[in-house]
Amino acid sequence: MNLIELKDITKVYSEGKIPTPALKGISLKIEKGEFLAIMGPSGSGKSTLLHILGMLDTPSSGSYFYKGKEVSRLNPNELAKIRNQEIGFVFQAFYLLPRLTVLENVKLPLLYSKVPYHKWDGLAQNAISKVGLAHRKNYLAVHLSGGEKQRTAIARALVQDPDLILADEPTGNLDSISGKKIMEIFQRLNQEGKTIVLVTHEREIAKLAHRVIFIKDGKLKE
Amino acid sequence: MKVYYLLKTSLLSLAAHKFRSFLTILGILIGISSIVLISALGKGAQELIVQELSGLGAETLIVRPGKEPKGPSDFAQVLFSNSLKERELKAIRREGAVTGLVLAEPEVIVTGSVAYKGETFRPLIVGFSAEAMIDILKMKLSEGKPFGEKEAKERKRVAVIGWRVKKELFGNLSAVGKVIKINGKNFKVVGVLEPRGRVIFFDVDDLVLVPYTSAQAYLGATKHFQSIIVKVSSPNLVNEAKEDIEKILRNLHNIKDPEEDDFHVRTQKGLVQQVENIISYFTVFLVLVVAISLVVGGIGVMNIMLVSVTERTKEIGLRKALGAKQSDILKQFLLEAVILTTLGGILGIITGLVLALLGSWLLSKVLGIVWTFVFPLKAMLLSVIISSLVGIVFGIYPAIQASQKDPIEALRHE
Ligand SMILES: Nc1ncnc2c1ncn2[C@@H]1O[C@H](COP(=O)(O)OP(=O)(O)OP(=O)(O)O)[C@@H](O)[C@H]1O
Ligand SMILES: [Mg+2]
Repeated sequence: MNLIELKDITKVYSEGKIPTPALKGISLKIEKGEFLAIMGPSGSGKSTLLHILGMLDTPSSGSYFYKGKEVSRLNPNELAKIRNQEIGFVFQAFYLLPRLTVLENVKLPLLYSKVPYHKWDGLAQNAISKVGLAHRKNYLAVHLSGGEKQRTAIARALVQDPDLILADEPTGNLDSISGKKIMEIFQRLNQEGKTIVLVTHEREIAKLAHRVIFIKDGKLKE
Repeated sequence: MKVYYLLKTSLLSLAAHKFRSFLTILGILIGISSIVLISALGKGAQELIVQELSGLGAETLIVRPGKEPKGPSDFAQVLFSNSLKERELKAIRREGAVTGLVLAEPEVIVTGSVAYKGETFRPLIVGFSAEAMIDILKMKLSEGKPFGEKEAKERKRVAVIGWRVKKELFGNLSAVGKVIKINGKNFKVVGVLEPRGRVIFFDVDDLVLVPYTSAQAYLGATKHFQSIIVKVSSPNLVNEAKEDIEKILRNLHNIKDPEEDDFHVRTQKGLVQQVENIISYFTVFLVLVVAISLVVGGIGVMNIMLVSVTERTKEIGLRKALGAKQSDILKQFLLEAVILTTLGGILGIITGLVLALLGSWLLSKVLGIVWTFVFPLKAMLLSVIISSLVGIVFGIYPAIQASQKDPIEALRHE
């Protein structure tokens, strides 16, 4: 069974004076355990698509099935629960809380879970060592380098051991060596059985995925 | 604990703006400290006043010139009215005129000083029967004997002096039999009052008592009295006696309408009631002030929480993206507001207690008033409840605003 199925998804941003179509009819199936890379030029709609996949944003039309359930029928609390338990999202801009330490940042999703407090530390430490940041766990997020911030954001996405990881340009801010390290992490996670969807505009990176799809002007070209 | 983690992650922003947060809770702090101060000092004041008035004795009445003062302008009348003189005193003293009458003694006040062998002192010089004074205040003399009606009739130059006056003029020597000068006139000390301290509105230890007739004859006291003190045989007769006196004086002065009275009669019960009335008016006024300051403080908290919600739009978006439900965000921001106001409340309690302690210290050490500091436990508990309620009331709107933010919009917020 497909983990994800998109049928003719469109997204039009209509806050400004002129409505901006960002996605113009996307249909896509993602299987469980797949490693998918999404490529495309800037402004083509990659982040928009990923946000919809991550249930952070709602499509203007079309339908989105997640594990066979239509997402538009889920209420906000059910969506929050899926975001919390089943999806790990790595944002293009990291979004760490700057005055918290790496460890505290990584724990944040646990605040909204049912995981008992005494397990938090172990889970967070575990996620942090997976991204090789154990030596920085008590650093404040503001003091980290770009790559360390990126890895903290990945650790935060991993802390609840989600089935699906959505990463928006996780290597975008990094040099090629750091980028490779991050990709190794994703490959390892994929080998553990996690489904990974990764946005990138670097061919080198995309090559490491099972499948690459291209998006241009809000439309898919495989 | 989970709550600890939540607080740690969420209070960082308030902590980062310490001064702003402090200004925000200042209104709450002032409001709450007033509550604590009022209840600590107000209770003490009430206790003090009631206790002092009880010292007057339940069977005592005071007849004063002028109509009962209801406002500041009426006090002048009391000071300058000369409606009580020898004629009125005689009428009150007439056999059977006032129910249960035990004594009726006039009082005149003299300004000036006393001297003995180079030592001078400015006491409270009053023309009033010493016998009546020790009877009414249930006192004793530490030496000598009092004077009374006989000495008044004969305009004797005798004096009974208070404890502090004796100390100032004579030190440890005996005062009885010595001749002191009151405003330059010779008076013989016949008795010394035991130490007593403040009673009602004057200090007994600072008194110099002389017969009222002698005060009028030698010391320049007015022909009219400042008051006539009346004592009846039982507290149950006080009301009847009051009516009798009013009837007598109205007859004497041809007054038909009580509104026109040129005198008034006070009883202990009436005084206590009056004081309690004043205190309760005052309390209502202060409660109003406190309420206003709490509302102003609450609005300040609401304002700062709205600012905080806007500033932290990204944080809210992130929390939602990571799985926070609307209710989680609502609770977080409400909790922040409540913590802010409760902190204001606690600081207010501390400020109020410090001020109250300082106040009672000043009153007792500097002004020598016997003051019991009442620990306002109820007010403190109430303050904590009120301040957290203010947090809920004024924090709910910003919290709702925060909880309704769309995660992706919030994340994109610049
Ligand atoms: N909130 C918004 N309101 C209006 N237009 C928007 C909004 N968000 C995105 N867009 C527009 O939608 C289009 C797609 O944006 P998106 O962020 O998905 O692009 P992207 O492929 O991720 O680009 P990049 O590689 O630069 O991150 C862009 O033209 C963008 O300007
Ligand atoms: Mg993007």
